[in-house]
Amino acid sequence: MELYVFDGTFEGLLSAVFEMYQKKAGAVKLVSRAHFYPDAFQEVFEVISEDEKARRVWAGLSKKCGKEWMMHFYKAFLSEQGATFQDLLDFARYIFDQPEGAVENYGNPHVLAVSQMARKVHREKHRMEAFIRFQQTSDGIYYAHIEPDFNVLPLLIRHFRDRYADQKWIIYDLKRKYGLFYDLEKVEEITFEFSQEMSPALNALSQQLLDPKEELYTLLWKDYFRSVNIPSRKNMKLHIRHVPRRYWKYLSEKQA
Amino acid sequence: MYERIREKLGILADAAKYDVSCSSSGSNRKNENKGLGDATGMGICHSYTEDGRCVSLLKILLTNHCIYDCAFCVSRRSNDVKRAAFTVEEVVELTINFYRRNYIEGLFLSSGIFKNADYTMERLVRIVKKLRTEENFNGYIHLKTIPGASEELLKEAGLYADRMSINLEMPTENGLKLLAPEKSHEDVKKPLHFIQQNITQFSSEKALIKSTPKFVPAGQSTQMVIGATPESDQEILHTASAFYKDYSLKRVYYSGYVPISNDKRLPGIGSQVSMVRENRLYQADWLMRFYGFDVQEILDDANPHLDIEVDPKLGWALRNLEQFPVDVNTADYRMILRVPGIGVSSAKKIVQARKFGRLHRDQLVKIGISFNKAKHFIRFADSPFQLRDYESSHIRNIILSESKSKYLRTAHNQLSLF
Ligand code: SF4
Repeated sequence: MELYVFDGTFEGLLSAVFEMYQKKAGAVKLVSRAHFYPDAFQEVFEVISEDEKARRVWAGLSKKCGKEWMMHFYKAFLSEQGATFQDLLDFARYIFDQPEGAVENYGNPHVLAVSQMARKVHREKHRMEAFIRFQQTSDGIYYAHIEPDFNVLPLLIRHFRDRYADQKWIIYDLKRKYGLFYDLEKVEEITFEFSQEMSPALNALSQQLLDPKEELYTLLWKDYFRSVNIPSRKNMKLHIRHVPRRYWKYLSEKQA
Repeated sequence: MYERIREKLGILADAAKYDVSCSSSGSNRKNENKGLGDATGMGICHSYTEDGRCVSLLKILLTNHCIYDCAFCVSRRSNDVKRAAFTVEEVVELTINFYRRNYIEGLFLSSGIFKNADYTMERLVRIVKKLRTEENFNGYIHLKTIPGASEELLKEAGLYADRMSINLEMPTENGLKLLAPEKSHEDVKKPLHFIQQNITQFSSEKALIKSTPKFVPAGQSTQMVIGATPESDQEILHTASAFYKDYSLKRVYYSGYVPISNDKRLPGIGSQVSMVRENRLYQADWLMRFYGFDVQEILDDANPHLDIEVDPKLGWALRNLEQFPVDVNTADYRMILRVPGIGVSSAKKIVQARKFGRLHRDQLVKIGISFNKAKHFIRFADSPFQLRDYESSHIRNIILSESKSKYLRTAHNQLSLF
């Protein structure tokens, strides 16, 4: 069993696939540097991320899988899970070694693992599309921050750009310390240091940063949420299944 | 100012909440004008009420004043409640500001009838028109048709709304007559028919002339109140099935009656809302829409009510055991779909995966079928040798006892679909 360590990037993962074929490797264990604890007795191969190698692997996979599966592959990668990196490598090898159409073989453990992880990441993306609550700042930007389990920001760009084409917005991932900023033209990645006023506490920028009307709409939304409930049908179990507690911090209607 | 708008929203959201329709999908309104909103994707539930229903649209009445007196309705003339009415501007502003904050997918606008049908409908139309033409709003709009409104107004509304609906209220004409003598199913059929005709006409024109405007792109729906009047499930589903066929409805909603009045004709305040029954109806509705079942297969004169203990698909399988076991490695898709415990996506996966070799138990489990339910109805590559055929009551008991704890836990709440 050979041990490959890569830098945790998507290019790095694809480069690892490239090297594995180049070196005609046997079984390969793939670990990202963040998950790697050196062991004096194990020889390690350091994968260098290279755009060109990554691009060739991507193109090769695309030929055998089609668009939808490439998207699954990318989504599963965004899970940032060590076990999934391994699944992706094994999946790529399986796909390259089989005739076309093998992606449909859900009986294969790697195909199934990748598709299931892609589903999980997709579900979280979808939940962010639902649970993000913007607050309008005094300079007219709609701001929201999140702390998703998976790195879903890249998957959110299209949705929010299509939807909020005429307003500036920022979605910031506090866990991964970067965000998206739409300036009415394009979406860019941004990072900023939170000063005292930009408190990382969830839900709510400080009052003086907000548009004066913001308070009214937060209030109206909470009111609305309360009015549409039908107490005689109360069912908290179902409620929590739809809105797991870990997401409540995103929801203004769930704040006291 | 704050207080007045909060009070109005309280009253007019509260009065609208009994309408159960919540879908915000199925439209195709793209944000192509660099405006606000996009109604192309799947609908999104932005939140859920504590009773577990999805919140995806700002669902409000324009007003709860009403000249009618339908016994099942909180806004009825004779009910002693606070009344309020929004202005056109207020509804537009609420919609836009909620949408910008990502609270909602759009607007669901309904209304009590004040003065007369056209007067009310005309105001609804003004709101949707302003949203589309002045505010550049491409979010989802579901507009309630006011029974009796003129065809010109209906047609104009259809140019701005994504979905239109008009409620049947009670599943049969007799039920409706009992509680709302001034109304009839005919009042519902006429506008449904008119809008449907226009949908067809606009879409055939659109095929020829690209610039033809959209007309109710997400189609029409309706709603029936369940449990207020004594109709059987068979009557309810037959009505639904007929409306699906005659008016190509996108959805029929079933709303378990929530007692709101001491009227002798109705179940009294405090009586249980039958959520299990409501859920069984939705499951049966799914079987008609996505699983290729005909209403006669689901219920017949010998079985006029859906089984409370088992879901309708399992019920059908138990009554038709001669069609099983189904061999998942050879059966056609349609039949695999009919196996209890196998849903649409698992059925598709099975048909794809078996091209690579016969499927075994562990693969079926991983694909995600509910194996404990399905195992009684399928054969697979490593099926155990079976000594004798089980009787349907036997299988029923096994499944019920295996899922007993789960059933007891959820029986009084809404069950999930399959
Ligand atoms: S006409 Fe509509 S709003 Fe008026 S009482 Fe009847 S159901 Fe209620």
